[in-house]
Amino acid sequence: MCLGIPGRVAEIDQEDGLRVGTVDFGGVRKRVCLAYAPEAAVGDYVIVHVGFAISVVDAAEAQRTLAVLRAMGDVLERELGP
Amino acid sequence: MKYIDEYRDPELARLLLAELGRVTTRPWTLMEVCGGQTNTIVRQGIDELLPGGIEMIHGPGCPVCVTPLEVLDRAMAIAATPGTILTSFGDMLRVPGSRTDLLAQRARGADVRIVYSPMDAVTLARDNPDRQVVFLAVGFETTAPANAMAVLHAAALGITNFSVLVSHVLVPPAMTAVLRAPGCRVQGFLAAGHVCAVMGWSEYEPLAEQFRVPIVVTGFEPLDLLEGILMTVRQLEQGRHEVENQYARAVRRDGNTAARAAIRRVFRVTDRAWRGIGTIPDSGLTLTDEFAAFDARRRFDVGRLVVREHPDCVAGDILTGAKTPLDCAAYGTTCTPRTPLGAPMVSAEGTCAAYYTAGRRQEDRHASR
Repeated sequence: MCLGIPGRVAEIDQEDGLRVGTVDFGGVRKRVCLAYAPEAAVGDYVIVHVGFAISVVDAAEAQRTLAVLRAMGDVLERELGP
Repeated sequence: MKYIDEYRDPELARLLLAELGRVTTRPWTLMEVCGGQTNTIVRQGIDELLPGGIEMIHGPGCPVCVTPLEVLDRAMAIAATPGTILTSFGDMLRVPGSRTDLLAQRARGADVRIVYSPMDAVTLARDNPDRQVVFLAVGFETTAPANAMAVLHAAALGITNFSVLVSHVLVPPAMTAVLRAPGCRVQGFLAAGHVCAVMGWSEYEPLAEQFRVPIVVTGFEPLDLLEGILMTVRQLEQGRHEVENQYARAVRRDGNTAARAAIRRVFRVTDRAWRGIGTIPDSGLTLTDEFAAFDARRRFDVGRLVVREHPDCVAGDILTGAKTPLDCAAYGTTCTPRTPLGAPMVSAEGTCAAYYTAGRRQEDRHASR
């Protein structure tokens, strides 16, 4: 049950006084409570755990990590190259 | 899907492994705390690809596995009470109690239901005012905000036939217990990313300092785990012991402040028994007095429970990393995911189930070491 899954916020509305949304997980859509993600907007990626968004994925940080890893390839090739 | 596929790129994984091989000069032993990470590591075979004698020990981070037998037996006693609907997550239903499991109890007529979220249990209570709806609320800091909101929401809606059987556990005290255990071999930790998404990482700084152990907040995809391992090994090789954050796309230093506030409002810290490990001081959450009316322990008197573990199960040694499933005679023989003797064989987050699903067999034992 600890496996939080990233999904994209498709809609946001209210239900019984709570902020909720529809989140798209690669085609599967689920209702998710957004009470703990007040900053989440439509189009954002959120990490969802047992029906709650617990974190908004920072797109810039996601790309930065990948860029660091890709850049490491160049460094490695220079280090390990002929 | 975005933010998943990119972190499974085999080419980048190869780069990370090459870099790890370059920086590693001697063997190191690391522990990943979270069962979700154990699942990725074992299923992707990451532990078998690591260079230079780097060993991964699988930690006590499977919430299903560490839920005490007493709590399961209590849940089953409550489920047997007429007029009750007992709810929980699907993987809790197959965990063996002293005599049976919730799924078998359901087959015999008890009203036991799987819910996706604790909020579904609140809805069930609203729709069934003549029944008592109980939610078996287990899990780490990641699940606690959802359970806190279920209680807050039931209180706000004036629902009185809803209660929770709480058995929450906290990660930092478990890490402390692992580090204090005699013969502890763990030299560095991958901290559980989603626990830290809720709680942040300031709690880990005194641990890193006191035990001089690097702790790297790490995500769940293969690249996250490889980078987390690399960051931990770099610290060890350089003689550092700091808290670092690999999972910056999801984890901020202070965590999720709204979720933490809800946890503080609904729960207080208490001593907690961990299945197979024993009681760890200040390692759990229980309802505060303000919300005691939602406590299923108070609402249902089930008498005295006599609990009994299966004598062949070595779950405690598995959960603390003292043994691997391949050290257990029951693994893959009398104990399988279809006929589990203990909790680590039940949940996808359990070490034994992860080994079994990945096809690891007793005969691979020497090859894996």
